[in-house]
Amino acid sequence: MAAAAAGRRPGEAARAGDVSSRTQSTRNDEPGAPTARNVRVGGLDCRVWEKGEGELLGFLGGLRGLPRWTPFLERLAQQRRVVAPSLPGFPGARGHDQLDDLADWVSATLDLLEASGLEGHDLVGASVGATLAAEAAAFSRGSVRRLVLAAPLGIWDPEQPVADLWAQKPRELPALLSSHPERLANCLARPEHHDAVEWQILLARADEAAARLLWPFGDLGLAKRLHRVRAPTLLVWGSEDRVVPPSYAKRFANAIGGWTEVREIADAGHVVEIDQPDLAADAVLAFLS
Amino acid sequence: MKLLWFHLMPYTDLPEDFAERHASVWVDIDPGLFDPRRGHALYNEFMDELEVAAELGFDGVCVNEHHANAYGLMPSPNLIAASLARRTRDCAIVLMGNSLALYNPPTRVAEEMAMIDCISGGRVVAGFPVGTPMDTCYAYGRNPSQLRQRYLEAHDLVLRAWTEPAPFDFHGRFNQLRYVNTWPRPVQQPHPPIWIPGGGSIETWRWCAERDYVYSYLSYFGYKAGAATMRRFWNEMDALGKDRNPYRAGFLQFVGVGESRQEALQLYREPAEYFYGRCLHVDPRYATAPGYASEATQRARVESMVARAAKGAAGGQGAASSFDDIVERGYVVVGSPDEVAERLREVATELGVGHLMLLLQFGNMDRQLTLHNTELFAKRVLPQLSDLFDDEWEDLWWPRPLPAAARVRPRELAT
Repeated sequence: MAAAAAGRRPGEAARAGDVSSRTQSTRNDEPGAPTARNVRVGGLDCRVWEKGEGELLGFLGGLRGLPRWTPFLERLAQQRRVVAPSLPGFPGARGHDQLDDLADWVSATLDLLEASGLEGHDLVGASVGATLAAEAAAFSRGSVRRLVLAAPLGIWDPEQPVADLWAQKPRELPALLSSHPERLANCLARPEHHDAVEWQILLARADEAAARLLWPFGDLGLAKRLHRVRAPTLLVWGSEDRVVPPSYAKRFANAIGGWTEVREIADAGHVVEIDQPDLAADAVLAFLS
Repeated sequence: MKLLWFHLMPYTDLPEDFAERHASVWVDIDPGLFDPRRGHALYNEFMDELEVAAELGFDGVCVNEHHANAYGLMPSPNLIAASLARRTRDCAIVLMGNSLALYNPPTRVAEEMAMIDCISGGRVVAGFPVGTPMDTCYAYGRNPSQLRQRYLEAHDLVLRAWTEPAPFDFHGRFNQLRYVNTWPRPVQQPHPPIWIPGGGSIETWRWCAERDYVYSYLSYFGYKAGAATMRRFWNEMDALGKDRNPYRAGFLQFVGVGESRQEALQLYREPAEYFYGRCLHVDPRYATAPGYASEATQRARVESMVARAAKGAAGGQGAASSFDDIVERGYVVVGSPDEVAERLREVATELGVGHLMLLLQFGNMDRQLTLHNTELFAKRVLPQLSDLFDDEWEDLWWPRPLPAAARVRPRELAT
């Protein structure tokens, strides 16, 4: 594995032109902010956020990654030591144009889990992050202890097709993704100290990274590998998911090789952990306790 | 200068209420709107029009590639070009062009263009567009964030496929071929001239300059909107130490010629409104795809949006759809032959464009009107313009066909 933990490098100067270093929230001075360090994956610096005490719990963010620390993670961090590494291309990490195919993405995910000390621990993923968490668990059983997948993509049901996330009018996208668009907006809002242009670029790079993996359908053929997932798995789904319909929860549960549980959360869309942070976090903690 | 006759091949029978009742002319256009019997008539009329343009003395005829698009009925421009290679004699056949990233393997492009170059006796211009998001990412499913890298790799592969003297292997990021060996080879050696259709990105200009390719700005919005872009293009050429040879550039312009300005205004109102109202009715859902634009282009876009928001200004004006605005903004140049000649002389000179691509069929113009426009242009406009630039500049990017005596003439049809 090419990854090596680069360790904490507080106050490390950003390289010229290295936008993600410059804009990342390592100097997050908001009260209650997580600590941040960088690890290197395939030559790329990836930010790792950490907060809380107790047993390790990893988190891989959703479609736009983690531009900000979220209420969901805050709740989890009250009981667990939450470690949230950024996948290449997502906020906190560069490299949106470097990973080409599934092998590249899975290998980077496994590298990232190792480098951030998460190998063999409990892992939560949301949306695209859940997809990669499931892939990691399928390709490398030892990489994950217990798994929580919140609305993963990666399989395809012709009767209930996944929405085309990349053919939407921008103003209609929040309502497609979320049952509480104002909560989604909060998670994507630019922090005051942040440059307005670079913040938009940061989010655009995240869209690009997700599309790079999932274009055009989000079907990665994961159905062929889910039997290899032996980790006990919780599937969390928003009952109003308009991107990946809730019926997919059962498809995932049936295909996964290990013990599974499905938890549907009312009044929540695709970004279930953003729409209902407390309910989603409580479901995760109950499953893992 | 070179005057080229460009056909988009639009479907001419979109209903009057198309824009109200349908979401998009592109990508998810209702297939029920296509009548294959009309298709039969239209393709044959359109190909006739291209042939007539060649006979009337236009320097070249241009075809291009679109997919799932009701204003561009050429998913494969090479099919039309192959027919033109047989049915025209001297004019350039300008493929504007093949979207390299869509061909698998891209050596297909090297092969087909070499075939057409052989059939035509060396009259092909090879155009390589990246392609729009609608064509490439939505209709053809290409991953937007890999599109440019695929395009550049395919370009390198096609160039080598035309020029390497022996079979070779190609081990690229996206294409792996153990044996690349193009049979046939193009008549034009080492390869046909290469023109790059583009939308105005600085990266493309630099790339064209570096490679010494023609940059062709294909906008539907005419010379007034195009002037600023072409000014920036030439400033960039200056900065890169390139001369201002106008043959480095191509530009697309809609034109409607009448016996008088009055007649022209009458004749071209409906087809212009058809094109700008119905043909350009594209669902904005398909206008961008994540990663399609380079980061530099995205940053420039966001910066201008942020600047506009800071000034409290509204967004840019939308495209015009009424004929008066269309003419006023210069989307379509209309007038008598002398007026059109004068205006196009100004356009070519001001924009510094040696290859002027003319859309003399647009919207729902029928054959009769198209031929009227084409004939007036050929007989009374073209002679006023054709010597422009030629005392000063040489077109280094024009096809070099076999001498006429060495070219084979297709046999006439028996009946």
